[in-house]
Amino acid sequence: MDDVKDKVIAILNDLTGEDFSDNLDENLYDSALLDSMGTVQLLLELQDELGISAPVSEFDRNEWDTPAKIIAKVEEMKQ
Amino acid sequence: MRWYIPYGNPTYFIWLALAIIPLMIGLLYGRRFRGYQTVISLFFLILTFGGPNWRTGIALVGYLAYQVILVAAYSKYRQRKASPNKGWPFVMAVILAIIPLVIVKVTPAIESGRQSIIGFLGISYITFKVVQTIMETRDGIIKAFHPVLFGQFLLFFPTISSGPIDRYRRFLADYDNVPKRADYLNLIQTGVRYVFTGFVYKFILAYIFGTVLMPGIEQRAILAHGFSWNIVAYMYVYSLDLFFDFAGYSLFAVGISYLMGIKAPMNFNQPFKSKNIKDFWNRWHMTLSFWFRDYIFMRLVFFFMKHKVFKSRVTTANVCYVINMLIMGFWHGETWFYITYGLFHGCALVINDTWLRYKKKHQDVIPHNKFTELFAIFLTFNVVCFSFLIFSGFLNTLFFGPSNF
Repeated sequence: MDDVKDKVIAILNDLTGEDFSDNLDENLYDSALLDSMGTVQLLLELQDELGISAPVSEFDRNEWDTPAKIIAKVEEMKQ
Repeated sequence: MRWYIPYGNPTYFIWLALAIIPLMIGLLYGRRFRGYQTVISLFFLILTFGGPNWRTGIALVGYLAYQVILVAAYSKYRQRKASPNKGWPFVMAVILAIIPLVIVKVTPAIESGRQSIIGFLGISYITFKVVQTIMETRDGIIKAFHPVLFGQFLLFFPTISSGPIDRYRRFLADYDNVPKRADYLNLIQTGVRYVFTGFVYKFILAYIFGTVLMPGIEQRAILAHGFSWNIVAYMYVYSLDLFFDFAGYSLFAVGISYLMGIKAPMNFNQPFKSKNIKDFWNRWHMTLSFWFRDYIFMRLVFFFMKHKVFKSRVTTANVCYVINMLIMGFWHGETWFYITYGLFHGCALVINDTWLRYKKKHQDVIPHNKFTELFAIFLTFNVVCFSFLIFSGFLNTLFFGPSNF
């Protein structure tokens, strides 16, 4: 499962230019690191890299707003 | 028989208070009287769509039947086992869902201002709810179709005429539940505060700007023929009236929803404090701009990126901004000033992003302090007010006479 975590962190690092390894609870929207563009890129990357297809309407901002929550969501969807 | 525009006059509020008190007592004791809620909903719908407006009432009923059948049919297709989930039934469903609205919007433009007979107050807002339900059904997020609950969602009377635009899953979670007493007491407290703030906004501030100040300025601007400072005065007065009127209405709608134990989303968050245009759209008519963001902008971006239509991310974003805001312009109505307003905001978002990128790249040389922040707020406010001047159609009256188009 750590594989998922590393990949998500790598994708987020790519998108925002920040390393979240020690900062899993940072709110990505409040800090304006992620916007709608970034969100769509994130969804596409998750699809390409991890093979999970999360449609745009799955994306409730309150449920996907920190790296930790995204990792949890992805792990849940992988099963 | 009279008719009542929602939240339009004191009598409406008296009816409202009387009608929701039993509902509130029920909620306080852990019960939601759904049958009673349906009865009072019908009562308030008849107040607005009955009497001299009975024709729009019939239009509403016909529209509702049409949309319920449409969404039922699409849900049946989508929710059967191993549904192929092809693109064309989805596109067809969305087109069919917006056709009535398109007819209502286009009719005045081609029939010299005459309103379509299938129109009624709030048709846009119900259409938004229908379209988003179809989209979420396609995505498989909405897994079951329930005609009665869907009808409750579409016809939720506190927000029927002008939003806020709720989301089906969010609404249903509230409607199916009864809030805990402590939470509900908080909702009552906030709801009452919203309604009273709404009174100040709509019946005092919007009255001062819209009814006391605006007509005189309008007169002087027209008499001045051509450009005069009165146009600038009109721009500010119109913008403030627009805000206090609409934000006041929205506070009523959200406040009453809260009293009914439904946490309808907020529509405004101090928009004139925005530091840039993007910030503005996160604060102004939020449920509409978020609707456009989630159901148009993000889906366009997704489509363009997936099919690699544009090479760069920046181009993709810019194209989507302009399309997104243009659609919003067309939605407001088929006049040059609404469409220009949309285009204006599309371009403003592009410029805003370009500037933010430039600023980020050169952050060591571009100053950022309290003063620049104040300047940003001032600039954004003026850009927004100018866009509202376009939106108001006043320039059309001034320079092109009283006709549309």
